[in-house]
Amino acid sequence: MKHSRRKFLKKAAAGGSLLAVGIANPFNAIIFASEKPEDPSKPWWGYGIDIEKCIGCGRCANACKLENNVSKEPFYFRTWVEQYTIKNDGEVKVESPNGGIDGFTQTVPEEDIFKSFFVPKMCNHCYKSPCVQVCPVGATYESPDGVVLVDKDYCLGCRYCVQACPYGCRYIDPIEKVVDKCTFCYHRIIKGKTTACIEVCPTNARLMGDLNDKSGELYTFLKNHNCLVLKPHLNTGCKLYYNELNAEVS
Amino acid sequence: MQEHFQYLYEMLTQVQGYIYPNEIDLQWGLLIVLYPYITGLVAGAFILASLERVFNVKVLKPTYELALLTALAFLLVATMPLISHLGHPERFYEIMITPHADSAMAIFGFVYLWYLMVVLLLEIWFDYRREIVIWSRQEKGLKKWLYKILTLGVTDLSPRTLRWDEKIGYFVTVVGIPSAFLLHGYVGFIFGSVKANPWWSTVLMPVIFLFSAMVSGIALVLVIYMGVSYLRRKKIDMKALDTIAKYLFYILILDFTLEGLDQVHRIYEAEESFEILSLLVHGPLFLTFFIFQIFLGTIIPLVSLGILQLYKPGEMARRTIYFISSILVLFGIFFMRWNVVIGGQLFSKSFYGFTDYKIRLAGSEGLLWSMVWIILPFLILAFLLWLLPPWKKAEAKSI
Repeated sequence: MKHSRRKFLKKAAAGGSLLAVGIANPFNAIIFASEKPEDPSKPWWGYGIDIEKCIGCGRCANACKLENNVSKEPFYFRTWVEQYTIKNDGEVKVESPNGGIDGFTQTVPEEDIFKSFFVPKMCNHCYKSPCVQVCPVGATYESPDGVVLVDKDYCLGCRYCVQACPYGCRYIDPIEKVVDKCTFCYHRIIKGKTTACIEVCPTNARLMGDLNDKSGELYTFLKNHNCLVLKPHLNTGCKLYYNELNAEVS
Repeated sequence: MQEHFQYLYEMLTQVQGYIYPNEIDLQWGLLIVLYPYITGLVAGAFILASLERVFNVKVLKPTYELALLTALAFLLVATMPLISHLGHPERFYEIMITPHADSAMAIFGFVYLWYLMVVLLLEIWFDYRREIVIWSRQEKGLKKWLYKILTLGVTDLSPRTLRWDEKIGYFVTVVGIPSAFLLHGYVGFIFGSVKANPWWSTVLMPVIFLFSAMVSGIALVLVIYMGVSYLRRKKIDMKALDTIAKYLFYILILDFTLEGLDQVHRIYEAEESFEILSLLVHGPLFLTFFIFQIFLGTIIPLVSLGILQLYKPGEMARRTIYFISSILVLFGIFFMRWNVVIGGQLFSKSFYGFTDYKIRLAGSEGLLWSMVWIILPFLILAFLLWLLPPWKKAEAKSI
């Protein structure tokens, strides 16, 4: 009884914070992942990207491919960088040639540019992830520490998860014929290392942390910035938070 | 592999605007267009058969067994496009032994088996049991053995047992109607529940799939009935044909209304995806949506069949109009599936651009294999009609 009351209060609090966000605007990204696991003593991984700091060098996308043995062809990315250019007339131009690995060339004349910025993209490791939901055999699953993973020996290659991901973060590995995606470099983080993309980022635009650690780096980042998630209306429980996310970014 | 990369590089040149880099490789191609198309034909043919049995539309008797056998022939092939498109077809059984309860796709195997084993096979068996026993006594050679196996050792033809056959067959048909609804409504749900895709994500999708299934299945049985009668040089029962065409007309109205409602709803609500979807139907999907699906596949058959409800020309003219309308309906529903499956993947989930899709000739996703999955059900149907000819049932009964 006590347990269910606690759960109810927690849910009510989460709902309440959703209502309150419009008025009070506390570090609002937290609300999108409000249903945390029961055991707060264990890590629950999330990720932060500071768009203000990203310079579009594409080193993250390249390091990811090298670290995780992703095909070099420009159709398969666990992470990539997009360049947004908002023109004075309001037109939005988005580009990501070879996922940003080779860098970017601005093709819009400077006098026509209202704003330009880079947005690194990757799996959002959603808490209520549609990809996990639709997998017919459970080959895609969420680890207890909040990382969405794929059991490649089990995946049928039906591609339903690719369709279900709203963020375009999944692809079919052209060699193994099963689905592939960002794993938060799980093989590294379980050894206490950080991800390949974070390690090579020259401006510290990327960071990862334990959402259960109230004094941790990610929590501090969320407190100190006005973070948002992509496509919040889809209610997927994203754990990838962006600082300075423009409404144009989709 | 290199060939696939070459194809993707070619597609890269066709991209308009911006798409996520992983979206260039379009995931569900022609085979997944065939999957809802074929299951739809099954559900529609079965529902037509049920009209005769459950709703006692006696005039449809000449097409009852034909519709059931058509449903079976297509159902036997329905899983093949799905399995052959998997990255690992050899793992397909995992969906049956370790299904993931949250997945809309996971229960497909069970829905399929329920429909195949419990509904179709049982209904056909109970319907033909008497004749199978008689034929197992009359025929010779291979056919005799086939019939002997099909009797499953039950050779009792006492009036009491035959009455039970009738009762159980009726009960199975009654169970079969919601099952047919489940089979195809469920296929619609697979698409309709993908909230990431605004072209698919509509609560109407299962209902639209269901009605389009009925339309296509009825049109198929009509075409097959005419084709079989022509090949057997037998006169077509015009009362049956007129009735089937009438049902086709009514259900086509419902189907068109539902699809219209879906589109009106989208246009009126004009959510954030509206612009990209509007560009989609007026651009890459213009031909297959407006011309093939709506004009050729819906409006022309609707008008033609509608006129025949008011004015009845001679038999020859009616037959020709029914035949052409049915072919057009089958063509239109194929492109309805195409527009859902392919159309839903042509626009980027970033809503900033479009990719392209080109049918390849060879390969498991290619045109040639797809043709196999379309032709195979007709060959199976020919075999079933050889083994269980509906037109010989009456003769068997007289013995």
